Amino acid sequence: MEKRVFFRSAWLPYLLVAPQLAITVIFFFWPAAQALWFAFLRQDAFGMRSEFAGLDNFRDLLADSNYLQSFQVTAVFSVLVAVGGLALALLLAVMADRVIKGALGYRTLLIWPYAVAPAIAGVLWGFMFAPSIGIVTYALKGFGIHFNWVLQSDQAMLLVVMASVWKQISYNFLFFLAGLQSIPKSLIEAAAIDGARPFRRFWTIVFPLLSPTTFFLLVVNIVYAFFDTFGVIDATTQGGPSGATQILVYKVYNDGVKAADLGGSSAQSAILMVIVIVLTVAQFRFVERRVNY
Amino acid sequence: MKLKLHAAALAAATLLALPAQAQTEIQWWHSMTGALGDRVTEMATGFNASQKDYKVVPVYKGSYPESMTAAIAAFRAGNAPHIVQVFEVGTATMMSARGAIKPVYQLMKDSGQPFDPKSYVSAVAGYYTDSKGNMLSMPFNSSTPVFYINKDAFKKAGLDPNAVPKTWKDFGIAAGKLKASGQSCVYTTGWPSWVHVENFSAWHNLPIGTKENGIGGIDTQFTINSPLHVAHIQMLGDFAKNGWFTYAGRRNEAEAKFFSGECAMLTSSSAAQANIRKNAKFEFSVNFLPYNDTIKGAPQNSIIGGASLWVLAGKKAVDYKGVAQFFNYIARPELQASWHQGTGYVPLTNAAAELTRKTGYYEKNPGTDVAVKQLNNKAPTANSKGLRFGNFVQGREVIEEEIESVLAGKKDAKTAMDEAVRRGNEILRKFAAANKE
Repeated sequence: MEKRVFFRSAWLPYLLVAPQLAITVIFFFWPAAQALWFAFLRQDAFGMRSEFAGLDNFRDLLADSNYLQSFQVTAVFSVLVAVGGLALALLLAVMADRVIKGALGYRTLLIWPYAVAPAIAGVLWGFMFAPSIGIVTYALKGFGIHFNWVLQSDQAMLLVVMASVWKQISYNFLFFLAGLQSIPKSLIEAAAIDGARPFRRFWTIVFPLLSPTTFFLLVVNIVYAFFDTFGVIDATTQGGPSGATQILVYKVYNDGVKAADLGGSSAQSAILMVIVIVLTVAQFRFVERRVNY
Repeated sequence: MKLKLHAAALAAATLLALPAQAQTEIQWWHSMTGALGDRVTEMATGFNASQKDYKVVPVYKGSYPESMTAAIAAFRAGNAPHIVQVFEVGTATMMSARGAIKPVYQLMKDSGQPFDPKSYVSAVAGYYTDSKGNMLSMPFNSSTPVFYINKDAFKKAGLDPNAVPKTWKDFGIAAGKLKASGQSCVYTTGWPSWVHVENFSAWHNLPIGTKENGIGGIDTQFTINSPLHVAHIQMLGDFAKNGWFTYAGRRNEAEAKFFSGECAMLTSSSAAQANIRKNAKFEFSVNFLPYNDTIKGAPQNSIIGGASLWVLAGKKAVDYKGVAQFFNYIARPELQASWHQGTGYVPLTNAAAELTRKTGYYEKNPGTDVAVKQLNNKAPTANSKGLRFGNFVQGREVIEEEIESVLAGKKDAKTAMDEAVRRGNEILRKFAAANKE
């Protein structure tokens, strides 16, 4: 039976949702519309002069090798963060799921990093790997590895990926663990009786049954890699060296806030908006088909 | 009715309670932290105590880019502070914002305050002066890059600690010996673009850009891919390959590497001296930047970095009078001399420099006069007066990115500097388009 509430007056429902709508309009639609509008303007920092520039801002961007590099960096970064974060969290969740003694303790410890703000995570990892004074850098030196993310772009990328994955692992872990616990034990026992080994049991039973969770986490992690990792990057590499860790959202900030290039920055955020919409739609249309609910 | 009467009475009482003539508040946004922040507060308190009409309120607004952005946003919202401290790379952006700023020379004239631009150290004031000779902002904290060496490390390497390398050629010889003595980090630098491109150019009388480094007009172009520039960056790349140069980052990260004793030589801001003196557990000396002796006329003079105070437009005349008085207050020789001696920033006025010299401060604290001497080494030329490039926050980043790729061995210096010029010019064109006359 369908549950439905009927309002006698026509305006009451609108009145009731009005505060929510007002917040959405003021804090989301209005700034978003303004950003879109700015993307077509050419103006100085103080807003003293402003003129319509058509598609100039977009044309400049697409001709800018730095911007194209930022695309590549973002693709590599988000794949590494999403895949790395999901794989590690799944491994940990499967392990934690089997532990019986002291399970609560393990789980709590694994969930901890989630309480750490991205910027703090960045600072922590940045310190550990700081060239010449970091504890890990010092240890690596003993093995003859010179870790200097200030100059080496691959190492810088590695650092921000590690910090971002570490930060997100607990979130993924929580969902995976909940997913694992909702899989009926009887299915796994039946397979075990039929002679399936743990590895096979995992890939043929557990993993497909986890797919709704995995899919949800994939979407969340990609969005996380695109936007929420800003703090990690700002606290460590600030997009460097040579733009090797400058993901799209960091470039928006850099050009808009630091360099006061509002037109270019707005055009970038418009493009970013389109990318995220396309990615999300694509995920739901293509990846979701393979999900068993 | 009764309620209304009460309200009226209350309002009247409030009005009466106000002093006959209220103090005018002057908002000053700055980016000075720690001991420097305390000095800023001291200046404001000192000024407030010296007269009754105005009250300067200093507000820390975050890092340089942050406070500049905050001021711009506040201006757009019609809520700007009177004074904002803007770092040197923001100079061109501020200058082009005609209508948004109140030039200092205008401010002084309008409010009838005594003002003599010639009393300011020319190497400092020149940076903030337009091509017509008008001073547009009030210089505040200015420094210049200098060359620090760890004397103990020199001794250990069998080098004479008093024979400091004067040229990059001598520098190479010393670096080789330091490396051979087991020094883990031979040389590092703070602010790579400021030291190795901007000041390298001024120090060798080479242009950074056309039109007098952009001072002569907005349609300027970078010229930092000249063979001499390329050779210098290539030299740094070679140093890095030899293990003589350890890159530390784009800001002042290198300074900690020097005062911890890890690196034996450092080029960075003269304002790092206070910190080095406090932390270094070894003997060090402060020297002129090395130069390339194959370039004719070198060394010329170095250029400043740091920040100046900009006055924003749209305030009342009476407020501006207060700002003008405040500027004259902070330009006083005694105050400037104490600022210079306490912070390592260069003095703003010739009188303050003279006062410091007379008190024998330089003899007691060797090295503290290097910055001033280097800035005044020769009369500034069109190439060494300063620079003014639009959106130079981005421009400098481009230069730094390209230098980094040379140091990492990914590009040769020629390719990198050509690329820096190409990308830098794109930024300049964009700025020119948005700031047309």
